[in-house]
Amino acid sequence: MKNRGIALKLILLILTSTMIIFGLIFGYNYTFSRRIIERNVEENAKNLTFTTVNKVETVLHAIEKIPENMAYFLENSSYRKNELLNLIRTVVKNNSEIYGSTISFEPYAFEKNSLYFGPYFYKSSGKIRFTWLGSESYRYFYLDWYQIPKELNHAIWSEPYYDEGGGNIIMCTYSVPFYKTISGKRQFMGIVTADVALNWLEEIVSSIKISQTGYGFLISRNGMVVTHPASDLIMNETLFSIAETRSDDRLREIGREMIQGKSGFVPIHDIVSGKKCWLYYAPLPSSGWSLGVLFPQDELMADIVHLNQTVFLLGIIGSVLLLVVIVFIARSITRPLRALARATVDIAKGNLDIEIPAIKSHDEVGRLGESFISMKRSLKQYIKELTDTTSAKERIESELKIARDIQMSILPKIFPPFPNRPEFNIYAIIEPAKEVGGDFYDFFLMDDYLYFAIGDVSGKGVPASLFMAVTTTLIKAKTGKGMLPDEILTKVNEELCVGNDTSMFVTIFCGMLNIQTGDVFYSNGGHNLPYLLYSDGGAELLENTGGMALGVMNDVKYQTKKVTLHTEDGFFLYTDGVTEATDSSENLFSDRRLKEFLQGVHDSSPTKLIQDTVGIVKNFVSGAPQADDITIMALKYLKK
Amino acid sequence: MKKTILILFVFIFCKTITVAANETALKSASFIPHWVPQAQFAGYYVAYEKGFYKKNGIDLTIISGGPDRLASDYLESKQADFATLWLSTAIQRQAHGARLVNIAQMVQKSALMLVAKKSSGITKPQDLDGKKVGLWDADYQLQPRAFFKKYDLKTTIIPQSYSLNLFLRGGVDVASAMWYNEYHTILNAGMNPDELTTFFFHEHGLNFPEDGIYTLEETFQKDHDLCCGFVTASIEGWKYAFSHTAEALDIMIKYVAAAHLPVNRAHQKWMLERMKDLIAPGNIPVSTGTLLPEDYNRVARQLKENGLINEIPDFRSFHKKCNAYDEK
Repeated sequence: MKNRGIALKLILLILTSTMIIFGLIFGYNYTFSRRIIERNVEENAKNLTFTTVNKVETVLHAIEKIPENMAYFLENSSYRKNELLNLIRTVVKNNSEIYGSTISFEPYAFEKNSLYFGPYFYKSSGKIRFTWLGSESYRYFYLDWYQIPKELNHAIWSEPYYDEGGGNIIMCTYSVPFYKTISGKRQFMGIVTADVALNWLEEIVSSIKISQTGYGFLISRNGMVVTHPASDLIMNETLFSIAETRSDDRLREIGREMIQGKSGFVPIHDIVSGKKCWLYYAPLPSSGWSLGVLFPQDELMADIVHLNQTVFLLGIIGSVLLLVVIVFIARSITRPLRALARATVDIAKGNLDIEIPAIKSHDEVGRLGESFISMKRSLKQYIKELTDTTSAKERIESELKIARDIQMSILPKIFPPFPNRPEFNIYAIIEPAKEVGGDFYDFFLMDDYLYFAIGDVSGKGVPASLFMAVTTTLIKAKTGKGMLPDEILTKVNEELCVGNDTSMFVTIFCGMLNIQTGDVFYSNGGHNLPYLLYSDGGAELLENTGGMALGVMNDVKYQTKKVTLHTEDGFFLYTDGVTEATDSSENLFSDRRLKEFLQGVHDSSPTKLIQDTVGIVKNFVSGAPQADDITIMALKYLKK
Repeated sequence: MKKTILILFVFIFCKTITVAANETALKSASFIPHWVPQAQFAGYYVAYEKGFYKKNGIDLTIISGGPDRLASDYLESKQADFATLWLSTAIQRQAHGARLVNIAQMVQKSALMLVAKKSSGITKPQDLDGKKVGLWDADYQLQPRAFFKKYDLKTTIIPQSYSLNLFLRGGVDVASAMWYNEYHTILNAGMNPDELTTFFFHEHGLNFPEDGIYTLEETFQKDHDLCCGFVTASIEGWKYAFSHTAEALDIMIKYVAAAHLPVNRAHQKWMLERMKDLIAPGNIPVSTGTLLPEDYNRVARQLKENGLINEIPDFRSFHKKCNAYDEK
């Protein structure tokens, strides 16, 4: 994930969360709609079942009334044999639902000499037929239709049975006991029956059609299947035998509830197809039978399943669509970003002329693109300016170099400068720093006098260089024959102070050597005091003359002092570039080190002395950049 | 048992050879079970269907029994060569002059029982006092009456028909039932076993072995092989039925349906399983077909006490063994 592209991350995150949301909605929708359907099914089942029950009950009640009325008549009237026969015949004739009827008496109850008295009228092939019930092989006293109501003392619907003579229709008998009060005692006299063919019942129940395969079925009090679409169950199986065959304890329990006259709504597997169904069952109160109505679950759920399939399909399509949209969005973001990335690789390589791909959108990516373009433009501008500046700087530097060259050319550079004067030897160098500095040295002969000077202009660069040029020129120009150093410095100072708006100044040490005598007159204008080097070794600072730097203020008085050199004595002059040379740890070379070095020098020519000095200073700084010019001048008096 | 089977095998094997040799010489015979086709007689129907009778040299015709065809009448009037009868029925018949013999006592344990609903407060024999009891006719009343006498019970006896509705509706407190038949019908009318109190007579010292195979004495004298062949084939039929329940049920259901009787497989299955318990009960150490003298005497004495017979017929002339199966 870490290293994957934005597109993949977007797809994974958005799709996953969308799927979860969709799944939740789908699940809720399914559960909820299912619950609604279930509720509706139960309500429908209940209504349908009770409607059917009522329909059946209405008919049964009407039939019940007939033998009940006959029993009432028998109990409250006196009658003769013919009247009885007529009554039964009329009842069978006039009631289409009644298949047959009898009024059967207890042994010897109607006629003192006959054991059986059971006139029976019944319908057969559209005609009313008559027979006497009761014989050795048909002892009706012990048959259910007679015996049960007798023993129970109330009317009862019999279990259904096949009428074997009447062409395989299921029959059922409603038997009503009747009594006679004899000397205050209510005595059982016999049974009035109405035989009812149950084909109309079958019609009513089989008219129950739910969806494709839903149906109704009827079971008797014993659980016997009375009507059912699977006709081989009818009158063969009870719900309990079916339950036993299938080892279905639940079905047995449901069957028990049904025959106990309860009603309920339960999930069940259809006993024929095994499909999942709901069963609503309710009793037929008159007969104690039970009506069950099966609602096939899958068919009732078909709509909801279909709906859910559609919703699911839409979800899938939506997800695919979403995927496409995410890919599109992701690519619209990443395509310019990738182009930008490619462009910046080129920019990083320095190719600022590359075309940054234009991003049309005005979103964050668009703004990023614009920033890139303006960054590239700024970079380009900056680099151009940098190039210009650099070339300008280079020009200035080359000009400065020229200025320095010119500056250096002012100074005497040919050594030995006076080959025909063996009385002295003089040598000087300037080790220039990178920046143009303002150090200088100078010397010239005037008759038997050697004038020499060393100086350092304040500041750096061209102004210092120019000031130095002015100073050296002035020194040369103002020096007259036999003029002492203090006079020179005074005059130069006066000239320098004129119009010195830049407040620049210069330190100068100026000396005058009488070649013949070795006397040296010197004056100092704020410069490092030179060392006097003795011929026998040893070095000491000259005595100061106490003058200040030149160019600072007018009317400064300089003094001249005198020191006499003997043969092989010398002077060592330098600028602060020597003593202030610093190593990388900012330690100064210092006066102390210089003095120690000079005191150790013995019998050395000026050239060598200077080279040694430069060597030791460079050794000290050991490669640290040189901040200031190093200027040294050495003089040795050689006249014997 | 193993030995029996071995001998049976040898017997069957020999018979098969002879039958094969005399394929054309099958002897015709007829058989009537004492009730309508149901798994109570599965062994005979299975033996017939599987050709066991033919194998034993018999070309058998089975006549359906039923309320209108009394097996004993058929046997005595020679309309049938073989019949099944209850032991008590057969003893009475013989005592009254019929010359019939028991050639195999199939059912060793009486299946007749009384059933009551626990809800009517009946849990032990004494509770039957003063109750209405549904009883069948004649032979079916022997054990109940002996039972009432044994426990000194005064009951109101209500004649019971073929249906149990009187009991189920509460018209009687106690009903008669055959364990393999009506008891299961009660269960399949939605009563649970734990809601019922049962009184098995064999548990109360009143074991009356029931179904046995009978023929006329003269038939037995005349053609011993035929009789024993019939018994052998029948026992083989029973054994086959017990070990091939599904096939036996298919055969039975075919015959029940053909007789236009209500049929359900669960009921026939129950019946077949109970017949196995009755014919080959694990706790009675006799080989199939044996009639024990003590069982015979118990039934006969009861008949005499009830005045149904005057003299107890001689056991040896009543029961004839076929050596082939009487090995144990």
